[in-house]
Amino acid sequence: MSFPLLLAIIATPALGAVVISLLPAGRPEVIKAFGYLFTVATAGLCGYLLWNFQAGQASFQFVYDKPWIPGLGVRFTLGVDGISLFMVVVTGLLFPLGLLASEKYIVHRVKAYVAWFLMLEMAIMGIFLTLDLIAFFVFWELMLVPMYFLILGWGSARRKYAAMKFFIYTGLGSAFLLASTLVLGFLHQADTGVLSFDYRVLADWNGLSGTAEVLLFLGFMAAFAIKAPLFPFHTWLPDVHTEAPTAGSVVLAGVIIKMGAYGFVRFSFELFPQASVDLAPILLVLAVIGILYGAIVAAMQTDLKRVIAYSSVAHMGFVILGIFSLTVIGIDGAVFTMVSHPLTTGALFLLVGMIYERLHTREIGEMGGMWKSVPVLTGLFIVAMFAGIGLPGFSGFIGEFLSLTGAFLYDRPYAIVAAFGVIFAAVYMLWPFKKAFAGKASGAVAAMKDLDVREIVVVVPLLALSLFLGIYPKPVLDRIEPSADRAVLHFEQRTDYRSPEHSKARIERLREVEKEQAKEAKAAAKEAAKGAADGEGAK
Amino acid sequence: MNARDVLDYVGIIPLLPLFGAALLLIFGRRIGEPIAGWIATGLMALAFVGSLVALFALLDLPSETRLQVNQIFTWIPAGSFSVHVGTQADPLSITWLLLVTGVGTLIHLYSIGYMHGDPLFSRFFAYLNLFAASMLILVIADNLLLTFLGWEGVGLCSYLLISFWYQRNDAAVAGKKAFVTNRVGDVGFLLAMFLIIATYGSLEYTAMSPAAHVISTGTCTAIALLLMVGAMGKSAQIPLHVWLTDAMEGPTPVSALIHAATMVTAGVFLMCRAFPFLEASSSASTVVMWVGAITALLAGTVAVMQPDIKRALAYSTISQLGYMFLAVGIGAYTAAVFMVLCHAFYKGCLFLGAGSVIHGNGDNQDMRIMGRYRKFLPVTAFAMVIAWLSIAGIPPFSGFWAKDEILVDAYTNHDYGVWIVGTIAALITAVYMTRLIFLTFYGNARFERADSFEAVPVVSGGSDEGTVHAGTDEVGEAHEYDPDDPFVDTPTVRFGEPPRPGRLHGHSPHESPAIMLLPIVVLALCAAFAGLLNLPIGNLDFLARFLEPVFHGVKEADPSTTQELTAEGLSVLMAMTGLAIAVLIYKRGLRTPAEDPVVDKTRPVSTLMGHAYYWDEGISAFVGGPGEKSGSWLDRVFDQKIIDGAVNGTAALVQWGSRVASRVQDGFVRRYALGILLGTVAIVLFVLLWAGR
Repeated sequence: MSFPLLLAIIATPALGAVVISLLPAGRPEVIKAFGYLFTVATAGLCGYLLWNFQAGQASFQFVYDKPWIPGLGVRFTLGVDGISLFMVVVTGLLFPLGLLASEKYIVHRVKAYVAWFLMLEMAIMGIFLTLDLIAFFVFWELMLVPMYFLILGWGSARRKYAAMKFFIYTGLGSAFLLASTLVLGFLHQADTGVLSFDYRVLADWNGLSGTAEVLLFLGFMAAFAIKAPLFPFHTWLPDVHTEAPTAGSVVLAGVIIKMGAYGFVRFSFELFPQASVDLAPILLVLAVIGILYGAIVAAMQTDLKRVIAYSSVAHMGFVILGIFSLTVIGIDGAVFTMVSHPLTTGALFLLVGMIYERLHTREIGEMGGMWKSVPVLTGLFIVAMFAGIGLPGFSGFIGEFLSLTGAFLYDRPYAIVAAFGVIFAAVYMLWPFKKAFAGKASGAVAAMKDLDVREIVVVVPLLALSLFLGIYPKPVLDRIEPSADRAVLHFEQRTDYRSPEHSKARIERLREVEKEQAKEAKAAAKEAAKGAADGEGAK
Repeated sequence: MNARDVLDYVGIIPLLPLFGAALLLIFGRRIGEPIAGWIATGLMALAFVGSLVALFALLDLPSETRLQVNQIFTWIPAGSFSVHVGTQADPLSITWLLLVTGVGTLIHLYSIGYMHGDPLFSRFFAYLNLFAASMLILVIADNLLLTFLGWEGVGLCSYLLISFWYQRNDAAVAGKKAFVTNRVGDVGFLLAMFLIIATYGSLEYTAMSPAAHVISTGTCTAIALLLMVGAMGKSAQIPLHVWLTDAMEGPTPVSALIHAATMVTAGVFLMCRAFPFLEASSSASTVVMWVGAITALLAGTVAVMQPDIKRALAYSTISQLGYMFLAVGIGAYTAAVFMVLCHAFYKGCLFLGAGSVIHGNGDNQDMRIMGRYRKFLPVTAFAMVIAWLSIAGIPPFSGFWAKDEILVDAYTNHDYGVWIVGTIAALITAVYMTRLIFLTFYGNARFERADSFEAVPVVSGGSDEGTVHAGTDEVGEAHEYDPDDPFVDTPTVRFGEPPRPGRLHGHSPHESPAIMLLPIVVLALCAAFAGLLNLPIGNLDFLARFLEPVFHGVKEADPSTTQELTAEGLSVLMAMTGLAIAVLIYKRGLRTPAEDPVVDKTRPVSTLMGHAYYWDEGISAFVGGPGEKSGSWLDRVFDQKIIDGAVNGTAALVQWGSRVASRVQDGFVRRYALGILLGTVAIVLFVLLWAGR
């Protein structure tokens, strides 16, 4: 058997957590060195995965399959496709950067911090790689623990409240997820006699009654909608973001909230196609509300970090919009946004963290004039801001554009209303930017130090990647597409839903007219030439 | 290499200023003044040469085959949809290339003089180059989406350059407003693209013409109108014009390049590209035509009342852009392009001239305390007089040919409504331009007394913008002069504000250096002779014949001599009348700076016009008032109390239940984790037993 790459991607950070917990707490530099070693090694494995991933293939790759709890039919099945690939890669990228960003901020209890951080990475990798529903649930639940302790141990003033809220709220969603998973497995067993939680097996099974399918869909949705977070289940996000340490926010906004969206595409779509098609309008409405509502509320915030937190609600609205447009183009756009959003929002959170380290406040009212005192920070903030607004040329635009196009193809009103989100996106970023950065610098702001090399190194890769993917998104889209296509095909096979995209007839008709016109133009040119020749002849 | 191969490389042209922008953004501070300026200008000049090469390559081809599309790489492939990064070289894009690089080079050159001494000299040129690159991408693109990339890029640069003196509150606010207002238009642009994708699937320009023949008229109308909404934002058409006057907070070269000569004409470019849809839908054309006509008229009336030289020119720009939209609406696309060119010359000249005036009289923009400047700025005065006669529509200057072609076409097409409105607007144009020229260059020299006249304290509190002069400190609040922040208060004077004390302090206004005068004079000469590009006599209509293959199949107005003479004669008469009226009123200047006879004698109409019909102020009041209040309600009440309240309420209920079970409060989560663990174990055990049966 070949090298179990996916297992290694999960095991490396786990091993790192174990190794670090064995190290002496009094040597933070050694602990950090090991932290970098294991996160960079994981990133390297992700890079290897990305390099060897076969584009154009819809099936799972690098599949690793071992029985886990044989009596239960639970297996440890890992696999990666175009949808999970980039989530894994982004996770691999964000963790070393997050560690680098924590360098100055985390000075106490470094050992515990790094260990929890690595455990978090392990859990997240597990969530994106596992194909077994029970294992998925275990990782899903496991992710809460390190995140809880990271917020509680290294957060801001109201960290207790925030950590508790995060734990209970998302934990509540998990309860529904577990219950629905078990019921699904048992129903499958009752029907076929085989107990399995392999999602590929369950996805092929077609024996759910309509009501059961809807109820199970809603059970899964409870977990995914809270995590996404979909309006109106979003209020934990700003609280948690405000209190979490910078690296926690980066990971939270970067990958944790993507799990909800990932869950919809990976599990809800494949397991409950009919319910997904039937309930899509509800989710689309919530997504559209989230886009506008998140943006308007973001504009009203006085805490810079809360602005970005609410902007994530709006961005995730675009993701859900694309997913439930049930079109290849929309799902492409949604998954692309899931790749792009960690880059831009990650950069913004990092920059806000750097401001906080200098001013010890995130209140916009206490800033003003930073453009003058910290030009490099401001310059990077401007780039990150416009990348976040979705300026074409940056990755955010591609995702939003495709999501909106998908929604427009599905049913126009959703896209028309959601398109107004692009105005508000400019408002909620430019208002606080003006207040915080323009004007005259005074007091603490005037005394601020600009970014050092380490800080620039943390932020620039994210922005550079965003720019690269905005100009050349093809490599990513090429890998997402087969999986998105498979999801839509699954709908078309299992339900009477038909994607609006495959109407080639119109395009063909268009080509015919084009040909005709070209012929006419040619004839006209010939005649003109002939006329000219005649004229000369007459002379 | 044959001509087509050359045209395939037209994509290099935008890369030149893009390279300059990247270079100056990264190494700008090390390069410094003036080399940064020369690098930027040099690259623009190179781009101009490149555009000339492209022009000659294009002219090498037979007229009807002058179209070269080069798809460079696949940009966004997604499902059945795909779009390329590609260039389209045809007469329309080459015309705009020449305009942007030509006028752009001149304004870059001018900026070396104008921005002299600014601490952010290099950054200014970086932004300027980035703007040029975006604008060139906008016009050279072969599809709507790539044009949209350039479109947003110029919007970004416009934002950065308006807010360039970010320490001024007004500048920061104006930049933000420009970007957000443009985004309103962008929604239209985006929706148009969605509709096109949904209808026939291709965003390429070459697909437009065949598509417009296939799809229903209703869809054509919708696409055309949605694109028009986008164009209205960028080209500042009523009601999305509100950002352009505030954009004058940017440095004056920016006003000339972006907010007069090039970027604001992007809307006209887009409408020209989308002409097949306009041709297919007469109702859409009618809407465009009237939007343009109303904008031309109303913005003109506002310009008459402005005391600020730049704001007057800004309203004039809006009005002139209205003419271009009018032309597009009546199907006179060539006339619209012709107007874009002529306008770039004369308005570019006027703005650069205004910059020279502002530069030469202590950063004062208030025309009420100018006067007789022709004695002190003779070259600027000479250039601006030419530009004035041109924009006013006096033959044989270029503005006359451009405007008259539009009005003659409107008359010939029997669009008498817009023809009358356009002709009246021509009179108003002559009035406000003559007023501007006379208040600035002729009449009495009011700046001499301006230092001593009784000044009313300025509302904003600051009395000047810091150019060292202690003498003004008794006016308004005294404020400290900070040599690092030379621009804290804006020099902009809004309608209704009393004149501020002058800033010359006994000195006379002075002429600008040669590096600034050269571009002004070149543009003035262009403004004088650009009419030669497209004379409506015999086959001297070079531009029309050059553009003919682009607008293939458009029925051209063919005015009889009588029609031509009627329309032309009337508009010249109107221009002369307007000019004469303004000369009569303003030839002696103003009695005192606080008295403007036109404003004073026409109240309350002048108040209404001066405040731009309160549209802008109304929007600001709404956004700042009920808009912000309801947003704040959403945040503080709906989100925090209702939604989050429900969440926390549920949690409190759970917590209360747990407190009943145990008196220990902390450790809750640990027990919860334990609970999950035990629960899971229980479930697993249960299932194991159940499964093992």
